[in-house]
Amino acid sequence: MSTAGANIAMQNPQASTARQPLLSVRGVKTYYGNIIALKGVDMDVNEGEIVTLIGANGAGKSTLMMTIFGNPRAREGTITYAGRDITKMPTHEIARLSIAQSPEGRRIFPRMTVFENLQMGASMNGLAHFDQDLERVCTLFPRLKERLQQRGGTLSGGEQQMLAIARALMSRPKLLLLDEPSLGLAPLIVKQIFEIIKELNEKDGMTVFLVEQNAYHALKLAHRGYVMVTGNITMSGTGRELLEDPQVKAAYLEGGHH
Amino acid sequence: MNAPSITTTAKTDTVSRNFDMAAAFKDALKAALITLGLSIPILAYKTDQSGADLFLTPRWGLVAIVCAIVFGLRLVIHAFTASRAYARATPSARQATEPVHAMPSAFQHVSRFAIPFFLGIAIAFPVLIYLIQGGLNESRYWVDLGILILTYVMLGWGLNIVVGLAGLLDLGYVAFYAVGAYSYALLSTTFGLSFWICLPLAGILAAFWGMILGFPVLRLRGDYLAIVTLAFGEIIRLVLINWVDLTNGGAGISSIPRATFFGLPFTAGESGFAATFGLEFNGMHRMIFLYYLILALALLTNFVTMRLRKLPVGRAWEALREDEIACRSLGINTTNTKLTAFAIGAMFGGFAGSFFAVRQGFVSPESFNFLESAIILAIVVMGGMGSQIGVAIAAIVLVGGPEILRNLTFLQAVFGSGFDPNEYRLLLFGMGMVAMMVWRPRGLISEREPSVILKERKAISGSLVKEGHG
Repeated sequence: MSTAGANIAMQNPQASTARQPLLSVRGVKTYYGNIIALKGVDMDVNEGEIVTLIGANGAGKSTLMMTIFGNPRAREGTITYAGRDITKMPTHEIARLSIAQSPEGRRIFPRMTVFENLQMGASMNGLAHFDQDLERVCTLFPRLKERLQQRGGTLSGGEQQMLAIARALMSRPKLLLLDEPSLGLAPLIVKQIFEIIKELNEKDGMTVFLVEQNAYHALKLAHRGYVMVTGNITMSGTGRELLEDPQVKAAYLEGGHH
Repeated sequence: MNAPSITTTAKTDTVSRNFDMAAAFKDALKAALITLGLSIPILAYKTDQSGADLFLTPRWGLVAIVCAIVFGLRLVIHAFTASRAYARATPSARQATEPVHAMPSAFQHVSRFAIPFFLGIAIAFPVLIYLIQGGLNESRYWVDLGILILTYVMLGWGLNIVVGLAGLLDLGYVAFYAVGAYSYALLSTTFGLSFWICLPLAGILAAFWGMILGFPVLRLRGDYLAIVTLAFGEIIRLVLINWVDLTNGGAGISSIPRATFFGLPFTAGESGFAATFGLEFNGMHRMIFLYYLILALALLTNFVTMRLRKLPVGRAWEALREDEIACRSLGINTTNTKLTAFAIGAMFGGFAGSFFAVRQGFVSPESFNFLESAIILAIVVMGGMGSQIGVAIAAIVLVGGPEILRNLTFLQAVFGSGFDPNEYRLLLFGMGMVAMMVWRPRGLISEREPSVILKERKAISGSLVKEGHG
């Protein structure tokens, strides 16, 4: 991917809309020690959108996602959420701003039951509407309902992923950040999960920021997408545009995706 | 299920789920201050008459006790109502449950019978021993052993908060034990404060030191945390040895005042415990009193831990043990969570320490060496991290076991008269540990008991599950 092509595509396709994006990332640089992981990333997520970020291993996708959550912290640049600068906020306070995250590798609590995992997800806004929310995620993920008493660590990979998403939903987020929800899952389960993401977006109007390696599914689902290469956003566009882009096709969609 | 149900982030939750420690403390402090204000005209001075003169006797100690009681009660009430409200806010068992017909876990098997059994034994222990041994003086050894075991049970439960629940490996727990012991020793010998005032003070001081340890190690985990806590334990011990002006160095502090039975000393005199209750004086009264005192303290530790586990702070400890990053991304303040774990764990260590001082009447830095930390940690690890009953069993085995060794005199017949089984204590310790690692690598009771149990699990069998009364 040449950087020359990137500059042309950098322009935000929705720049014409007057309203402020829900989440905006401006010139963010993140380092791991002396190694630069994000080299000045600009990105927007508007309310009600599904935005996906695709890229190869080690491109910095997850780093961007974690940087939004303040861990690691951006060394330069700003991140604004709903008009508030959250660049320097501690992670747990960011989580209380109705942003929820299903981090990479699921990170459920293995020795706690599914039920307790869900309770942890609701812990920041009190249990006032816990019953309601529990019922709701149980409708979304009937598999979890059958396993409320089971320990998280005994679930299958797909169920753990569902639990991670369900747990994130328990805080009633406005913005849901998902890091590779399809990782290591059977195609059928991936399809299920993506359908649920779509449903959340369409029915509940939830804004979703999706980091994915599974470019085909992600771009098909998303309203807009960004492509990241070694710490830079090199392309952006609507999901369809990116799907049809020859460069994206060559780099991310070749082979057995269907 | 539609949009508003999810996009609203309602802040108007009627049930405040977060047991607000700071607010509870503030409120309790307020209550204590009001008590102080009220008690100045009522309690603080007593008019005494001697002959024709009438004079005022100040009773500030009494005022302090009353204020402390009010403070403590107020806190307990807060904890109680918070956990009540929380329990009410937790979904009912009927809610959205299609139970899996899970077999009762090993823990549930054990706990149903073991807990009442152990509790009964513990409460009746002095009586049983009295009956078996046929006299107060004859039972001294056994009551003493009971006190020793219970001290370690309490220490194990205290450390269990830090290691078992919050998953912070602490190799220097004995430091807080030492802080508690020296707090009582110094406060009572220099200021003449009574045990009942020093006990909460020792707890507070130890909690304070827990926080001091907590701050620098906030960013550490696992091995690194263990090394720093180990060093902390040693620092405290070395300070106790070298700060001779304050602590009398390696010689220790002796003739520490003994505890009184709510003001009645255990002495042979007129105003003593025995005389007041019309009993014949016997030194064992004090021992039995100490036994019940440590039993009460240990049960308090257990009760508070069990309560806290059901509260958000306890849940956060466990989540922290499981996955720190996930915790943060769920909005849990991991700094506060760790500090509270250190502070509360240390507080119970401090209580146990001041009990130790009052029991021994003598403290010296030698009692607080690394081996103590190691034994307490071994109790927690062997018991099964986070399991209360497991820790109690491990304490009995690890502390009571060597005592039994001492009595195995028949071994001398086998190995010759110079053989002292007690010298092989640590060897057996090590063998026991290795055996544990082989057969029960996660501790005696490794099953974690869920803090919320959906009650219908066993009522509904698998065949009925499909009906789905969601």
